Amino acid sequence: MSSKNMFTSSVGKKLVMAFTGIFLILFLIVHAGLNACIWANDEGLMFNKAAHFMGSFVVPRVLEIGLFVGIILHIVQGYMLTLENRSKRSVGYAVNYAKGSKWYSRSMALLGTLLLMFLVMHIYHFWTPSRLGGMAGIKSLTVFDKNGVEYHNLYAEMKLVFENVFVVILYVLACGSLAYHLAHGFQSAFKTIGIHNKRYHALISTIGYGFAILIPLAFAMMPISFYFNLVK
Amino acid sequence: MSHNNMNLKLKVWRQKNANTTGAFVKYDVNDISDEMSFLEMLDVLNEKLIVTGEEPIAFDHDCREGICGMCSLYIDGKPHGPWQANTTCQLHMRAFKDGDTITIEPWRSNAFPIVKDLTVDRGAFDRIIQAGGYVSVNTGNAVDGNSLPINKDDADASFAAAMCIGCGACVAACKNSSAMLFLSAKVSHLALLPQGEPERKSRVLNMVAQMDKEGFGSCTNTGACEAACPKEISIANIARLNKEYLRAGLTAE
Repeated sequence: MSSKNMFTSSVGKKLVMAFTGIFLILFLIVHAGLNACIWANDEGLMFNKAAHFMGSFVVPRVLEIGLFVGIILHIVQGYMLTLENRSKRSVGYAVNYAKGSKWYSRSMALLGTLLLMFLVMHIYHFWTPSRLGGMAGIKSLTVFDKNGVEYHNLYAEMKLVFENVFVVILYVLACGSLAYHLAHGFQSAFKTIGIHNKRYHALISTIGYGFAILIPLAFAMMPISFYFNLVK
Repeated sequence: MSHNNMNLKLKVWRQKNANTTGAFVKYDVNDISDEMSFLEMLDVLNEKLIVTGEEPIAFDHDCREGICGMCSLYIDGKPHGPWQANTTCQLHMRAFKDGDTITIEPWRSNAFPIVKDLTVDRGAFDRIIQAGGYVSVNTGNAVDGNSLPINKDDADASFAAAMCIGCGACVAACKNSSAMLFLSAKVSHLALLPQGEPERKSRVLNMVAQMDKEGFGSCTNTGACEAACPKEISIANIARLNKEYLRAGLTAE
């Protein structure tokens, strides 16, 4: 085997999953950090400024392209690997071996599918209105940047979307899926890129579980905060 | 220790050969001593089957002392049965209770085709070893055994990886039928030692390529292999294999 097909072998495909996964983990930090501006309690001024910066500055826009490429790669590769792996055992067991591994580590494809369904809804709620128009119904902020471009009032959009209790429930459930997906994915990604040192691995596992709890919790608190009028 | 006999019901996978479809067949085995090994219990059943003119159940075994890697059997939903860090031949009937129904299946993986009943062809492992699980040594005078200084921790980790007996329980336990625990043990065992250094890069690339050719799945780090391994090979070896692979893939000519 030559190094030409290093990303197409069974280990190589997992490397693609791991690298895109780690990239998506980094994205979650940025996303959660920016969204946390809603808790500034200034009627969304800081949050809208942050969102406007992300939408108008060239660096986040370029990274956004990378994000879409990364997400699509992660999804397509994930499904292909799942189908491929399932095809390796044509005759299954009568009694399944469930004790040796955690259910969520065996259910990454299911959790990922739930997240994909959420993602479609989430993009429809916020990304498409802001990027492709459709924010017309939202009361203007009448705040302009240096170039005279008006800020999108994404804060008001959040408020509007999270008035619906079913949407809030779906978002919270999606955060649950994200938590379990991360609980396995975070540490698994680092194993796949070759962290085998015991000390580092213990550290990464701990950080991974912490991350899997804190980030989805922060995201889940956002719709809850709006629904119960905890932000002003 | 008290000695007990028990009566058991078995559900055993019977399959004539690789080209036919198999099915479970139920058997009753009576007066089984709890001091018997699991394979001795199957021997008793087979003797009974031979007497009644039935075809005995085919299963792999050799040393019966837990070191050769020949025995297999997926017993009640776990490779090598309910005990931890144990091979089927070292599983004793005291692990079961009188009246239990025990389900016995072969290793399930397309890379391990069924030869007959509970016997599978694990030749794929041999071919993976042939692809790179060796060191090339020129002949000549025998060298002094201690002429190469080796870090004690590396030597210990290498020995722990070399414990792998190649039984295939990792493949049987894995939801993806991945052979990565086996492969990683074999790669780690040599990568940790100076003797393995000259072929370090080609070894990992060739062995991974052979593993893929044999039709094993890819690793998703669930840890089922480690939990089922009779020799307690650590899943950390898989991470080491990944590092070896990445290093070789990025730096190979």
